[in-house]
Amino acid sequence: MAREPLTDGAAPALVVSHLTKRFGDRTAFEDVSFEVARGEVFGFLGPNGAGKTTTVRTLGTLIAPTSGSAVVAGIPLSAATGAEIRQLISVMPENPGLYLRLTVQENLELFAGLYGLASAGPRIAHALEVVNLERRSRDLCRSLSKGLRQRVGLARALLSDPTIMFLDEPTSGLDPVAAREVHELIDGLRQRGVTVFLTTHRLEEAERLCDRVAILNTRLRIIGRPNELRARLFRGALEVETAAPLPTPETVFNDEAGVEEWHAQGTASYVLSVTDPRGAAPKVTRALVAAGADVVSIAEARHSLEDVYLQLVDEDPEAGG
Amino acid sequence: MIGLDMGRLTAVARKEVREYRRTPFIIGAMTVLPFFFMVEPVLTIFAIGTTVKSASVAKGVGVTFLLLLIVPAIIPATVAAYSVVGERDQGTLEPLLTTPVRRGEILIGKALACVVPSVGIAYFLFALVVVLAHFFAQNPIVVTTLTDGSHILAQALFAPLLAIWSIGVGTAVSARASDVRIAQQLGTMASLPPLAVTALVAFQIVPIGVWTAVGFGLGLLVIDIAMWRVVAAMFDRERLITGSRAARRVGAAAAPAGTVRRIQGYGGADHGRGDT
Repeated sequence: MAREPLTDGAAPALVVSHLTKRFGDRTAFEDVSFEVARGEVFGFLGPNGAGKTTTVRTLGTLIAPTSGSAVVAGIPLSAATGAEIRQLISVMPENPGLYLRLTVQENLELFAGLYGLASAGPRIAHALEVVNLERRSRDLCRSLSKGLRQRVGLARALLSDPTIMFLDEPTSGLDPVAAREVHELIDGLRQRGVTVFLTTHRLEEAERLCDRVAILNTRLRIIGRPNELRARLFRGALEVETAAPLPTPETVFNDEAGVEEWHAQGTASYVLSVTDPRGAAPKVTRALVAAGADVVSIAEARHSLEDVYLQLVDEDPEAGG
Repeated sequence: MIGLDMGRLTAVARKEVREYRRTPFIIGAMTVLPFFFMVEPVLTIFAIGTTVKSASVAKGVGVTFLLLLIVPAIIPATVAAYSVVGERDQGTLEPLLTTPVRRGEILIGKALACVVPSVGIAYFLFALVVVLAHFFAQNPIVVTTLTDGSHILAQALFAPLLAIWSIGVGTAVSARASDVRIAQQLGTMASLPPLAVTALVAFQIVPIGVWTAVGFGLGLLVIDIAMWRVVAAMFDRERLITGSRAARRVGAAAAPAGTVRRIQGYGGADHGRGDT
């Protein structure tokens, strides 16, 4: 169980401790613990059925946990504090859930009323401005594309100026352009200091947007910054390409060059395992030049968050459920 | 139901009315159905000849009275049956439930949006029948009987009370149903039993009078209160979202060794204290 206390001194936006939810015999998630700092964009990843949405619903006070505890926006999670917590958070489910027979403005008026917002008009105008939908405020939601509906959903989530925003798969089903717009909006939220709890399947999205990520597969598998996760799971590596295959690569890639292991990848490409890629690269280059090789490129091998994810999920017998 | 916020309640009611206005089915139910139920009563009282004795006139008016009360019983059930399952169908239920709105505010807001037009229509139809009878009924006793104080009182009391029952039962069915059409059919059927009370009056099994009307009105009120207590208990966030109330069924015994304590306030003993 990974748990990483935050050290910036401010009270965390979210503290989850040994939280478990079961539906009868089925466990949605189990013994989950983590903290999210204020202003952090926190990615929550996992395969289908891993318990991500149930976790969001639990922290959003829709579902009661079976055991464990949580503090959401500074308030302990309990049946009695549900309304108080909901006043401080906003949740955007995977389906934005707009009233399609109402206009954009009417949808936002409803939610402004439900949050008891004074001066709802300016707040609605501002939220629409943030998502760049001022000109569509009088359109019926059913006439909007999926991308625009997602933006209305974000505007609605922004209305109450929440302490924590839970975004459940906000780019699910969106085309790349619409997804990029949502990414820019989330970037904007980060700049405004909003804590964002982002569940997503899109690993490149999590890598780009999130300060830290957690990977859940019923239990929390790992948590940390993407770079830390890579370092934790993968050794350093260099990728070398030469103009022609090396006649005796084993004489070049040796301990003196700082190479621990190596393997060929294609005809004239090699992947070298090294402890310190930046320190080993000049040594390997010198060794290659000394061996008379023409070096086309030498670069540190970058493991993506996807590699981290697949590494963890592949070794998990419950993965893919 | 304690601590209702009028702003949130109004927001829910206003949203409902806006949706009704743009839903052809509901517009149809609120405009066409009432006039359909008015045809038979009007024909009945118009057909009463001048020679018919007052006892028979009272019987004819009683049938009219009953048919007119079907309107506040059936229309709200049809509309209310859409209220929760319709939200679920649209995917709006979850966003709605993640706001600070309390279940009492949702239920009353939705009920108000339904009961006000339904009762308004019922009163309008009764007034219309009286006016038509005044001009076109052959037997003058018809108008006298229709406008008798006890009849007006009964209509005034029974229409909203039947509507409130009907909305409650419609909402209850809607909260558990997975399909709008099934919810509407079941809701409509379940809205009818209280009409038996009014049928006793309509068919003169129990003679109509001021105290009879008040007594039966109180009876309907008791039934309504009981129904709404059941509806409020059914309107549980977890049940609405997941279809179960697992957290309250799954006790500490189900938790494996090593998991921490149950959350205070979520246990069975605390059920009902917090507003879900």
